[in-house]
Amino acid sequence: MASFATSGGNTSTNHPYIPSTDLDRQEMLGVIGVDSLDGLLGDIPIEHRHPRLNLDAGLAEQELSTLFRSIAAENASSSSGYISFLGAGSYSHYIPSTVRSILQRGEFVTAYTPYQPEAAQGTLQVGFEFQTVICQLTGMEVANAGMYDGPTAFAEACLMASRVTKRTRIGVLSSADSRLPDTLLAYSKHQGNEIIVITPDATEIPDDLACIGIQSPNFFGEIEDVERLTKLAHDNGALSVVHVNPVALGMFKAPGEFDVDIVTAEGQPLGVPMAFGGPYVGLFACKKAHIRQMPGRIIGRTTDTKGRTGYALTLQTREQHIRRQRATSNICTSTQLIGLMVTVYAATLGKQGIKDLANLCYQKAHYAASEIGNLNGFSVNPISPGGTFFHEFVVKCPGSPSKINASLLNKKIIGGLDISDRYENGMLVCVTETSSKDDIDKFVKALSEIGASA
Amino acid sequence: MYPEDLKYSKEHEWVRLNGNIAEVGVTVFAQESLGDVVFVDLPAEGTEIEQFSKFGEIESVKAVSDLFSPVGGKIVEVNSSATDSPEVVNEEPYGTGWLIKIELSDTAQLDTLMDAATYQATLE
Amino acid sequence: MTITTSAGDIDRRLLMDRSVAGRKAFTLPESDVPAQKLPDSSFLRDDVELPEVSQLEVIRYFSVLSQLNFSIDTNFYPLGSCTMKYNPKINDELANLPGLADIHPLQPDETVQGAIRLLKNLQDDLGEITGLVGVSLAPLAGAQGEYAGLLVARAYHESQNDSARTVAIVPDSAHGTNPASAAMAGLEVVTVRSDDQGNVDVENLRELANESTAVFMLTIPSTLGLFEPNILEINKIVHDAGGLVYADGANLNALLGLVKLGDLGVDICHSNLHKTFSTPHGGGGPGSGPVMVTDELAKFLPKPVAMKTDAGYVMATPEMSIGAINGFHGSFSIAARAYAYIKTLGLEGLQSVSENAIISANYIQAKLRDKYNIAADRYCMHETVLSATKQKKRGVAGLDIAKRLLDFGIHAPTMYFPMIIDEALMVEPTESESKETLDHFIAVMRQIDDEIDSSPELILEAPHDLPVTRLDEATAARKPVLRWTAESNFLSS
Repeated sequence: MASFATSGGNTSTNHPYIPSTDLDRQEMLGVIGVDSLDGLLGDIPIEHRHPRLNLDAGLAEQELSTLFRSIAAENASSSSGYISFLGAGSYSHYIPSTVRSILQRGEFVTAYTPYQPEAAQGTLQVGFEFQTVICQLTGMEVANAGMYDGPTAFAEACLMASRVTKRTRIGVLSSADSRLPDTLLAYSKHQGNEIIVITPDATEIPDDLACIGIQSPNFFGEIEDVERLTKLAHDNGALSVVHVNPVALGMFKAPGEFDVDIVTAEGQPLGVPMAFGGPYVGLFACKKAHIRQMPGRIIGRTTDTKGRTGYALTLQTREQHIRRQRATSNICTSTQLIGLMVTVYAATLGKQGIKDLANLCYQKAHYAASEIGNLNGFSVNPISPGGTFFHEFVVKCPGSPSKINASLLNKKIIGGLDISDRYENGMLVCVTETSSKDDIDKFVKALSEIGASA
Repeated sequence: MYPEDLKYSKEHEWVRLNGNIAEVGVTVFAQESLGDVVFVDLPAEGTEIEQFSKFGEIESVKAVSDLFSPVGGKIVEVNSSATDSPEVVNEEPYGTGWLIKIELSDTAQLDTLMDAATYQATLE
Repeated sequence: MTITTSAGDIDRRLLMDRSVAGRKAFTLPESDVPAQKLPDSSFLRDDVELPEVSQLEVIRYFSVLSQLNFSIDTNFYPLGSCTMKYNPKINDELANLPGLADIHPLQPDETVQGAIRLLKNLQDDLGEITGLVGVSLAPLAGAQGEYAGLLVARAYHESQNDSARTVAIVPDSAHGTNPASAAMAGLEVVTVRSDDQGNVDVENLRELANESTAVFMLTIPSTLGLFEPNILEINKIVHDAGGLVYADGANLNALLGLVKLGDLGVDICHSNLHKTFSTPHGGGGPGSGPVMVTDELAKFLPKPVAMKTDAGYVMATPEMSIGAINGFHGSFSIAARAYAYIKTLGLEGLQSVSENAIISANYIQAKLRDKYNIAADRYCMHETVLSATKQKKRGVAGLDIAKRLLDFGIHAPTMYFPMIIDEALMVEPTESESKETLDHFIAVMRQIDDEIDSSPELILEAPHDLPVTRLDEATAARKPVLRWTAESNFLSS
């Protein structure tokens, strides 16, 4: 246990995070004009003051470190010798040293939201670069400075489509990750919206939809026909909202090429640790015409009184601190530092790197799919045979994927996601550049052994 | 500051009557309070509105205000200069910064508005 | 050709301006699998236009940019209601440990017992601190925690077949997210007045609370940094009318160990881990906004909630959960940092945090009250709201004072909030700052007040010594330029 110096009174601890000494406090209380802290707490009902909190005593840093290492040691990950084939919205990618290095800079980490732009040109210029990267990847005209995560970005995009078209019914493709419509439901259930499920092969849709929300690659890893679905939406006065995988955009056509209206994505694959689910960053881009309905912060370029280039938050009248209950969203604090990680990552990979990365993921995933497809009792991509997939694919297993995964765990393999609730005995397998050929072969061999005894 | 040939509403809009057409804009006080106007959201031509109802929004860098029509009728013209170059609202609020023109449904509504002196008195 | 320099010249070229074809900052390994058939070319894109720069250029570019920022690590940052306290470095280090940073959110529970145990322990500690034992760490920021809390309130009323409750009563001093979240939750926002002491006007509230009231949203302490002297009566009025009390916990730094919100009759609250619990602001996030509720309301919490069962720790869905409000489990590494902070400070340390935060804020108030009006004429809690109305009459606004502070390396306080106070400057020193820092701030504020008479242009044209002077935000809004393009590349001055 850490020990604190005590000297009576109720504010006597000297902690590394609290510089005031007893003498400091004495002086300050004297200036304020009260004998003790209690003189300042008069408005707190006395019967509820100073409750007994059941909390442990504080730890010294060394003890804290020991505690955390023991917590970490209880978790299975690549650092404890496991290989994993989980994807489904969070992805294992190698994070370059440049990202971790820039994250050491406290000027980025401990800065506030850039409401005083003169004191925040670093954060603002990085945010402007981030917006640029998102536009370049997605082929869209404008992007914001980031949302909480992919699913909330998608939800906000559908609500934006509803505002733009003044229609309340929102179409979502049945092939999307259920996280997307689930989050949309949470955001829309009290705003009079209705969610309508559209199948990917639909040739007609209701003529009163605000949008068709499309995920591509979809939940099953397959590329959807964004061009056709966008045209279908537009022919019916609806917007096209497309949720993408940013690494796939290193290889596959950008949605901007298909006249898509709003693009969202989970930005985590671009240099952000999986970290048990967060923090991540939602990417959000749209056509310039819709910019006043776009939620989130937007950074713009301008000049100062001496004509020098600078950056500032702009179009703030969309946001809650000005428009309050009529704001485009209630979002305030978002994910600026994660946006920094994405920006450093994109700058590090660069034009060639993003292409190489996408290719590596594609190659390894297709190798794995082909090897697994050759196993007795297993088949791959049963949902749309002959479809195109990026780095995730569905495996139809000879038995329960959960049982197979339990056996895999004994071999220190974390198998793909059990999606038998959406496809019988289905397992969603993801392969990225972090899996070696040996890893894949080990996985395939294990499946073969387990499948044989299933 | 407050031309005598105009009528004023308590929401800081002014009206200039030309025959049956009312030209509407915001007063010097309004644009000063807002600061630099950056965006004006105006309705489409042909829209019918009632007296004192909201017809649009005006935004500065740090504020948003609703625009309320001092008179009712049909909007026959919308000022594209105000939407393309919102700074005209600051520069000439009674001139090139006009916002909409309305074909009046009832000219008697003008009697419910204030004259320049009365409006100015409300600002003090 | 002569190259000239002048003080303050900073190269503001963007990455794409510096890009040279063929340069790279990174190499990936070659593929080790047999070559696979690529999709038809109709699926494939042309190259992404991303920068081509060397690795040193990446490091140098971002490093130089970081030096253009104010930050807690480098500057005093008395932003009211933001609680800009020290962000302990050990917390960043531990949150990034292998085994914490590299676990996938969908791994089977049995492979992440440590992570779930951490979340459960944090839930318990937050429940203990607030007195509201039902805790979900799912919300990704305060606004999302607020929204989740309102959804819980609506779900509760629906379960009581009381779905006519569609009004959120919100004080006129509330933070903008309060009405914004209420509107998203489909609630009509009704405003209750503050009296001239900055407290909720109890009689006005009594008039407004009725059978339509779903929830009363109150910031405790208020956005004026004051503790509601009538809190018990206020909560009783709301409960008697059948509504629930929601506390915005943004200002929790004033209450740690001093009072529990649950004891005061609060039903639902949220906390900002990136304020009270020291996790870094990051220039605008990521944050974490856990929502805490009474035991009775816990069944409505957003999923997932960490639970301990006989079989071990699990991420579970409460029986009448409002569902998922985002993709996964919330900001785990932010939660990990907050947990580390609570474990470091412990019982006495946390109490000491609030005690010192309150003393420091009152010290500043006492030392500036002769020069600056104080919004409410009594002792404050962890923040004090100055009202620069005297200064405005002499020709200098709150905004100008804020900008002038930047010249002294001090970040401006929160400006023009709460909206009910004219020329508001909200100052929250936090417990992290030494008395010398507070004295320096006080001296600078007093000097600026003197400058109004002796040299007002110093203030009106501030800041002078930063990478940029005041920016043309009107043009930025009228003619938005929101990304690099080849046409609008770097504009030299």
